[in-house]
Amino acid sequence: MTTSGSRTLTMALMDAPYETGTTTTVLRIVDAALRKGINVNVFAYEGAVSLTLKGQAAHPNPVKGTNAEDQDHPSSAKFISALFEKGQEAPKLDWVNCRLCVDERAAGDWIDGPRRGGPGDLLKWSNESTNTLVIGAH
Amino acid sequence: MANYLLVESRDPFEYGDSSYFYQVAQDLAGAGNSVTFCLVQNGVIPARKGVKDSPVEKLIKDAPSVKVLADDFSLRERAISADKLVAGVSQASVDDLVDMLVTSGTKAIWH
Repeated sequence: MTTSGSRTLTMALMDAPYETGTTTTVLRIVDAALRKGINVNVFAYEGAVSLTLKGQAAHPNPVKGTNAEDQDHPSSAKFISALFEKGQEAPKLDWVNCRLCVDERAAGDWIDGPRRGGPGDLLKWSNESTNTLVIGAH
Repeated sequence: MANYLLVESRDPFEYGDSSYFYQVAQDLAGAGNSVTFCLVQNGVIPARKGVKDSPVEKLIKDAPSVKVLADDFSLRERAISADKLVAGVSQASVDDLVDMLVTSGTKAIWH
């Protein structure tokens, strides 16, 4: 639990990008918490370490006849970049990508913001946070 | 007595284990705990009127102290308007969910 007046929410997420609605829900929760001045920690593990890959490319939509620029595909990396803009200081967004999961997947080329870590970070955060929400795989 | 926030993201017609999660909510309430059951993503689908053997209606009937909420964004995505919801389900926003998550002492479980 927090000992100061600030509130902190910790979330653990393992869903890979573009697989389930859970990613969207988690990013909405992070956004809402930051808007409310609540610090947020995200522990991304397993497939979720790919959420912050900076090489995610937009694509055209041949059904609509739009090109990649027109389509402006909302990648998870873009969403998370925007959240880091919002959570620079107070409130603060801290994001750890599990290093074992990253190395397994060769998924270490990220946008600015995330850092390498391990389950010990999740334990430390959980002990220090107002609450922790762990989201398992589908 | 503890304060529980259960977040159900799964459609029980797709996942057989959802029934256990509904049962957990009922049992926690039966043991005297304060329970909020928040439906998100495909978890909102059984909150529609007319669902046969609806687990949502059963939970509301068998554990009336459980507060049942449905995420408004998830409802809009699935074209479920407020008048299509069974009685006893209230809409909630993601801001409401965050407020509940950071309420001191709340035990949050995601399914």
